[in-house]
Amino acid sequence: MAGNTETIPTEVLWGGGQSPFSVTYGKMMMWFFLVSDALTFGGLLTAYGFARATSEDAWPIGEQVFRALPGLEGQYPLIYVALMTFILIVSSVTMVLAVEAGHRNDKAGVLKWLGATIVGGFFFLGSQAWEWSHFIHGAGGGFQLAKEVTVTADNGETFTLAQNEMVFMDHHFGHLAEPWSEGDANTVLTDEGGHITLTQYGKHEHSAQLHGLTLNKYVENEQHVSGAEATKLWNARSDVFAFGANLEDSEYALQQTYANFFFFITGFHGFHVFSGVVINIIIFLMALNGVFERRGHYEMVEKTGLYWHFVDLVWVFVFTFFYLI
Amino acid sequence: MERDDLIVNDSYAMAAHHSEEAGAAIRKKIWFVTALLTLITAVEVGMGVIFKRSETFTWTAIKWTFIVMTLVKAGYIVLVFMHLGDERSNLKRAIIAPYVLFICYLLFIAITEGFGHLNSFNTLH
Repeated sequence: MAGNTETIPTEVLWGGGQSPFSVTYGKMMMWFFLVSDALTFGGLLTAYGFARATSEDAWPIGEQVFRALPGLEGQYPLIYVALMTFILIVSSVTMVLAVEAGHRNDKAGVLKWLGATIVGGFFFLGSQAWEWSHFIHGAGGGFQLAKEVTVTADNGETFTLAQNEMVFMDHHFGHLAEPWSEGDANTVLTDEGGHITLTQYGKHEHSAQLHGLTLNKYVENEQHVSGAEATKLWNARSDVFAFGANLEDSEYALQQTYANFFFFITGFHGFHVFSGVVINIIIFLMALNGVFERRGHYEMVEKTGLYWHFVDLVWVFVFTFFYLI
Repeated sequence: MERDDLIVNDSYAMAAHHSEEAGAAIRKKIWFVTALLTLITAVEVGMGVIFKRSETFTWTAIKWTFIVMTLVKAGYIVLVFMHLGDERSNLKRAIIAPYVLFICYLLFIAITEGFGHLNSFNTLH
């Protein structure tokens, strides 16, 4: 710089009061945050991809794990997850409508649509709570075989099951098998001529019969086995039972990573939804108090909107990679 | 200290205002994208229910269809809902370019490294 002390006029310099991106500082920082946050989710999905590649066909099939609806018997593959996705898409739409109303300085419109977004967010969180609860409790549970068994399934096909293979119970029987396998003295097993019955004594006495068992419940070639063949499988059980999933055990896959990835990926996403709802509530209250009206613009709604859409965006990827593929 | 960034930046926020008529056009677009996203999701669920996982060509094709549909959905969310499509091209590129790179990396993991990892896993166990 020796000898050169020329002054450059500020209007020529960057720093002359203009953003090169033509956006506000806050909005740009929100974008930068979202870029880095997306990389975190990207890292999780990459790790998930690696884990999945190592387990090949043993990896549970989404439409066989997630096929329950609250309060209904029967199977509805992916319907519940689709409903959750739809709720999130709709809440994204109400958010973008709130942003649009903000651009017209329409306070009533902002409050209406932002309010709807908050309701949608709570619906999603509630749905996720039910899904987690169902995933944790499981749908009947299963037990591992103590030895190799050959059985004939209901469709007439014969299967040879290896030792340690999982066999699954229906949820009536599994519900009582859980305390029974844990050594609950009030739950008693009876075997009358091959009819296996579990009875739980106490305040509300109830019992369930072993009607049938399921093979390959969460992987390809799911089969149902009933009658004497089911009894044969039951008698070949080991003392290893699994009901639903937690951080140590899972009925869905022999590899614990499946349940762990479910908890971590959907949990991390759910935490984003939760914080998004909290931020939306704060912005809603600020709008209600006329803060943005006095400021002359509703850009805060737009910034929180970016975060909210991002949460929807992540779910689109989670839905595809965790549930569909 | 006075925060000059807020004062200067306010003009950008003010400039983002639009009229009633422009708003009507924007809302129309929003509802169109809503319908499209819902339709794609419905098709995805339908395909997920109908097609079973197997090692055939069909499953590979279905898998790629899912990925393409996901990217279409993601594109609409980012460009329309997040208004990135309306931003200056340099901001658009600054945000999208890292992702194009990252998606290439993800595909590399999925196609090459995933199987390499699988092979070493099989050798070790």
